[in-house]
Amino acid sequence: MKFAIQVNEGPYNHEASVSALNFTKAALEAGHEIFRVFFYHDGVNNGTRFTSPPQDDINIAGSWSELADQHGIDLVICVAAAQRRGIVDEGEQERQGKDGNNIASGFRISGLGQLVEAGIQSERLIVFGD
Amino acid sequence: MSDIKKFMYVNRKAPYGTIYAWESLEVVLIGAAFEQDVSVAFVDDGVYQLIKGQDTTELGIKNFSATYKALGDYDVNKLYIEKESLDARGLTLDDLMPLTYEDENDNWAEKNSIRVVSSQELAELFEHSDVLFNF
Repeated sequence: MKFAIQVNEGPYNHEASVSALNFTKAALEAGHEIFRVFFYHDGVNNGTRFTSPPQDDINIAGSWSELADQHGIDLVICVAAAQRRGIVDEGEQERQGKDGNNIASGFRISGLGQLVEAGIQSERLIVFGD
Repeated sequence: MSDIKKFMYVNRKAPYGTIYAWESLEVVLIGAAFEQDVSVAFVDDGVYQLIKGQDTTELGIKNFSATYKALGDYDVNKLYIEKESLDARGLTLDDLMPLTYEDENDNWAEKNSIRVVSSQELAELFEHSDVLFNF
């Protein structure tokens, strides 16, 4: 089965991103395909490499990066939502004239069309959020 | 991408207080360019998104309600409002913005986009959708 995943909530404040992470891992382990994980609303906050949770806590952004590294899954952050919330990659840093960037490895910033395309191309779209 | 899928966007939250409604509308507008079969549903506090005379001046945040009026121009003309949600909030169709579209198959006649449906009818619409976005 080909899945698309939408993550609508930020890490820690809400369990949605960890649930999405667990679901994605389980789907991959079961041999399914993850077409794309799309981060929207506060979900874009999953994609900063600047988080440093306590050692006995899960590193959610790091776990997504690890998963992308191991399985080559496409982690896409919505550009409009990211601009509102300060998630910046090199391209955005240049375009918006920011003094740095914070995107975690394995993530990329792109448009909402990527979410719609994921809905079209996948057999199931699973939304994690409130 | 020649296949046309049935997209259903489900709006469950009030227009202000959280950003879900506004960012949902942004997906609907972008999605309209993909020429899919689009429906939008409004349930629970989501019915407030279409209320007439929204004024956010005192809130100091953007009033995006006029954007719903543009949906018809994007060929998004199936807006389903759950009757039970309206009833529970003491609202009727008269409390909502009139939203219309021009029907190209009927000499561009202006028609209502809003359809009030029961939760049972809405459940059937959900069942027959291919892609269901929850906001």
